[in-house]
Amino acid sequence: MQITLNGQLQNIENSKTVADLLEELQIAHKKTVVERNGTIVIEEFHEREGLMDGDRIEIIHFVGGG
Amino acid sequence: MNTEERFSRQRLFHGIGRSGQERLQEAHVIVVGAGALGSLTAETLVRAGIGKLTLIDRDYVEESNLQRQQLYTEADAAAWTPKAEAAKKRLLDIRSDASIEIIVGEADPAVLENCLPADLIIDGLDNMETRLMINDTALKHRLPWIYGACVGAYGLSYTVRPGQGPCLRCLMKGIPMEGETCDTVGIIAPAVQFVSATQVTEAMKLLTHSFEQLRGTLWSFDVWSNETSSIHVDSLQEENCPSCGASPAYPALAWSGRSKAETLCGRDAVQVKPLPDMQVSLEQTANVHKQHVSKANQHLLVLNIEDKRLVLFKDGRAIIHGVSGEVEARSLYQRYIGG
Repeated sequence: MQITLNGQLQNIENSKTVADLLEELQIAHKKTVVERNGTIVIEEFHEREGLMDGDRIEIIHFVGGG
Repeated sequence: MNTEERFSRQRLFHGIGRSGQERLQEAHVIVVGAGALGSLTAETLVRAGIGKLTLIDRDYVEESNLQRQQLYTEADAAAWTPKAEAAKKRLLDIRSDASIEIIVGEADPAVLENCLPADLIIDGLDNMETRLMINDTALKHRLPWIYGACVGAYGLSYTVRPGQGPCLRCLMKGIPMEGETCDTVGIIAPAVQFVSATQVTEAMKLLTHSFEQLRGTLWSFDVWSNETSSIHVDSLQEENCPSCGASPAYPALAWSGRSKAETLCGRDAVQVKPLPDMQVSLEQTANVHKQHVSKANQHLLVLNIEDKRLVLFKDGRAIIHGVSGEVEARSLYQRYIGG
């Protein structure tokens, strides 16, 4: 499946949901804000929000450095 | 110094003009943290003609700072000069008539409130706990503040305006403690410069009252992988947020809402207790700090870092041996464990 992630086309192999995608990207343990096709998906819905070919996904994770 | 000439190019810029430049020269901005982000932000503001700058930092200059903390020199590192003091000296070399107040110490609620009144607070910190304290102080005093953070080649920023969208607590709902900091996974200077550039630009818009030009999104980038993202987060505003909701309690300003550091009698060690809502994963921390791990079991993790021994317990507590005091212990905890 091909999605646009943070503005870049990416092939996603193993992810069926937003939660899977965060795992695949190795950022599941971080605080994140996720948007799918222009709508924010809150954390409680990450496991049931399915992904589809052509999705536009934005993910921002928080860090503490500076 | 001829201020007409000095700021002429900035005044020529359509977004600022004569009135905008006057507003900048009347503004008081507090920059909390004088590391990579804070020192760069301070320099840009002073060069831009900011009326008054207050700079708060608890740390001193080390050799490993020089790759990206561009106000500092080898002489500062050799002399262990406090960052705020080294910054002030260099900033006055850049603009001799600048008004610069410094505080060498931890930014706690009382210290920050003593710096008021101010027009804006800008985040140059290295930890989330103090950021939530800034969040609550700014909201309590109805001040805008600008979050910025970076690690590796990645950075993000968000402008918090009281009464205009969610605050940082609404967005984060708790504190990430995954241990990924500049001291564990590194940082490159361009990532810092990107974040500081966005923070200062947002600051200029706020201070010159160009409110319609504010970005209005949570924004991130990775200069190495070339990813960038911008999300409208208004829907994440929490009606009952204890910081920006209808009846705010400002939890980060209460003593119970702060991490604790206490010297353990006769042991040359300090115990640091994180905030109650922080979750620490021993496994994750061990993973990030592979090269420092000297012991690990299901209850605790022992790390040898910078000639110090840090014993991290499952409940998030750490006993740190070999530190000079509570400030150093808390700083080490936030740099290596998180918070």
